[in-house]
Amino acid sequence: MAHWQFGSKSGHNKIEDELEMTMVCHRPEGLEQLEAQTNFTKRELQVLYRGFKNECPSGVVNEETFKQIYAQFFPHGDASMYAHYLFHAFDTTQTGSVKFEDFVTALSILLRGTVHEKLRWTFNLYDINKDGYINKEEMMDIVKAIYDMMGKYTYPVLKEDTPRQHVDIFFQKMDKNKDGIVTLDEFLESCQEDDNIMRSLQLFQNVM
Amino acid sequence: MAAGVAAWLPFARAAAIGWMPVANCPMPLAPADKNKRQDELIVLNVSGRRFQTWRTTLERYPDTLLGSTEKEFFFNEDTKEYFFDRDPEVFRCVLNFYRTGKLHYPRYECISAYDDELAFYGILPEIIGDCCYEEYKDRKRENAERLMDDNDSENNQESMPSLSFRQTMWRAFENPHTSTLALVFYYVTGFFIAVSVITNVVETVPCGTVPGSKELPCGERYSVAFFCLDTACVMIFTVEYLLRLFAAPSRYRFIRSVMSIIDVVAIMPYYIGLVMTNNEDVSGAFVTLRVFRVFRIFKFSRHSQGLRILGYTLKSCASELGFLLFSLTMAIIIFATVMFYAEKGSSASKFTSIPASFWYTIVTMTTLGYGDMVPKTIAGKIFGSICSLSGVLVIALPVPVIVSNFSRIYHQNQRADKRRAQKKARLARIRVAKTGSSNAYLHSKRNGLLNEALELLGTPEEENMGKTTSLIESQHHHLLHCLEKTTGLSYLVDDPLLSVRTSTIKNHEFIDEQMFEQNCMESSMQNYPSTRSPSLSSHPGLTTTCCSRRSKKTTHLPNSNLPATRLRSMQELSTIHIQGSEQPSLTTSRSSLNLKADDGLRPNCKTSQITTAIISIPTPPALTPEGESRPPPASPGPNTNIPSIASNVVKVSAL
Repeated sequence: MAHWQFGSKSGHNKIEDELEMTMVCHRPEGLEQLEAQTNFTKRELQVLYRGFKNECPSGVVNEETFKQIYAQFFPHGDASMYAHYLFHAFDTTQTGSVKFEDFVTALSILLRGTVHEKLRWTFNLYDINKDGYINKEEMMDIVKAIYDMMGKYTYPVLKEDTPRQHVDIFFQKMDKNKDGIVTLDEFLESCQEDDNIMRSLQLFQNVM
Repeated sequence: MAAGVAAWLPFARAAAIGWMPVANCPMPLAPADKNKRQDELIVLNVSGRRFQTWRTTLERYPDTLLGSTEKEFFFNEDTKEYFFDRDPEVFRCVLNFYRTGKLHYPRYECISAYDDELAFYGILPEIIGDCCYEEYKDRKRENAERLMDDNDSENNQESMPSLSFRQTMWRAFENPHTSTLALVFYYVTGFFIAVSVITNVVETVPCGTVPGSKELPCGERYSVAFFCLDTACVMIFTVEYLLRLFAAPSRYRFIRSVMSIIDVVAIMPYYIGLVMTNNEDVSGAFVTLRVFRVFRIFKFSRHSQGLRILGYTLKSCASELGFLLFSLTMAIIIFATVMFYAEKGSSASKFTSIPASFWYTIVTMTTLGYGDMVPKTIAGKIFGSICSLSGVLVIALPVPVIVSNFSRIYHQNQRADKRRAQKKARLARIRVAKTGSSNAYLHSKRNGLLNEALELLGTPEEENMGKTTSLIESQHHHLLHCLEKTTGLSYLVDDPLLSVRTSTIKNHEFIDEQMFEQNCMESSMQNYPSTRSPSLSSHPGLTTTCCSRRSKKTTHLPNSNLPATRLRSMQELSTIHIQGSEQPSLTTSRSSLNLKADDGLRPNCKTSQITTAIISIPTPPALTPEGESRPPPASPGPNTNIPSIASNVVKVSAL
């Protein structure tokens, strides 16, 4: 296939990416294996795969598609940042694309996993640079991304420092030794102490 | 939210777990999934072609037929599938809409068929995807225009009975083919336009010399003759203009229309000339005015459709023409300037100024090349050649657009004309179908009663009575019959061969069976060839009557001489035999329909019978009002003076 010369390098890469995407067609492992690896039944896996394949016929999701799909659920706001973080949380191997196995593994944890697994996954989500610690900047980014999803037209109107206040509250709760970063253990401990969080983790138990 | 993405909702909800630790307040409860049943396959049988899909796929759009409980109406219990008696091709597109969320319009499909299907399935056409939307809209617009055209011309054709004189005149002017007078007027004006134009032309031809003076143009040699011709033409044109002005529905709009302006411009010079002949100063201007007489040729556009189309095309291509003009002007100015400066050096150059060079540029760019101005310097020649090359390009560019516009409009007009021509045939077909169906009804009415008559008589002669009618047809006919009974009227057919003139018979008399059979044998249908329908003639001995088949009420017949039993059996048939001579004569017959007294039939009544009721028959001499079995007649019949027919057995039909 000819390489089209474009002015900007990024455009060139994007086209190549697209070409690669369309040429690559990933097929997931067998149904039995997936059933063994995850907490879903065969039927649920079938339904999940049908939806997955509908939106991503090539068998893998790239970040753009991921963002588009996620943005459809939040039409009023801008869900791209949060989708970005989500994508990197799903893409455990950091390859830049999410295969069906990764997708289903993550979903299995989120919907059918133990509290411990869910909290660990959430910690992984918040830890943007994957260094094992959450610092204030990372938390700010996450919280801002969540607020972005709400959009501009909210009641009460979003004030400038509301995200900062929110992060401060979070750190007050989570950061036990007040050293400015939250480790996994601190996170697990603090969350398990909070009844609200515990209850809300069980909220999506019956989603499938 | 697109349909396919709905499948990702579980994922989005799961990802919400990421917000939980950040949240300050407790979360709302999740909605309980009450109807949690396993997704099942639904079979949709569309005219034999089976489609299968998941139930949840269809439920994505709950406000359509397939997504709501409306489809339960089409559920077939025996085969456990949904059966739709519709077009499977279009259903493919409909089902794909559920699957992919995008509705496509297949190009090969007829637009109205597609619209019908969409309406059936409860899908709004506005959601057609971008890829197919333009095509859909275009086809829809074309169809609507065509229908509008048809309606318009239909409305034009249907002459409103009460058109005022003015309106008739206007119609005659606008559509010459509506009446002979209009056609005559049309040709006369056309002729005079031609005469006027030819006069103008011939006026200037040199006509030979009058001895003693130089050669004169014909106009001056035979000035009186030409003047008379001109006067005649102008008078006709003036009269025409005034008539149009009078007849126009909106005078103000008429005065502003292009055609009326042309008319005015065509006749004004003559009048101005009349007024101004004496004044020498303005005679020059007067001469100029005569130029305007050539505008009379534009009056031909009323007579020629092609000319009108051309004018309309130019109007609609105004922007292209404007562009052409603008680009030409630009090029002319550029090249003229260049040529002027290039030729400035050469001696005795004709390029004396830039405006003077305009002429050279125009002549060169349009590839005319008169040769009255030619560049002499080398630079001038180079630029001159560039000028001519570019001229070809600049002119060639907008021309195809104009041509294609003209072609499109012209073909549209062709299509309109073709439709108008076909419309006549179409309407004739529709008319024939209508009369055919009413004929069929009357036939079957007759045949039905005949059937009953023969059944009762037990004669197996005529097994099949004419054409067999399907169940639907017979039910339809029965319906019409009931309507007739309800209103007391009866269907009339325009066809003289089959005119249904029935009358209510008063004072029926029944004869005995023997006579009836005898009458059956004698076919008197041949006696009335003028009023026979072809199919009936094939049934000799048909006795037809058509009292209501359902009416079992016994008719109380005064003056009836027959024994009651036979009377009643006869009544069932409503075949009424009338003894002519024994009736007391009555003058009035309360018939529901006019009776056509056929004088020609009288002489034949002597010994034969009149069999079919649907054929006009002369009324028997004595008629009294029938009994209660008949609904009150709607229209009083005329007083028919029926001569007494001695010993005549007349079977008449009563409605």
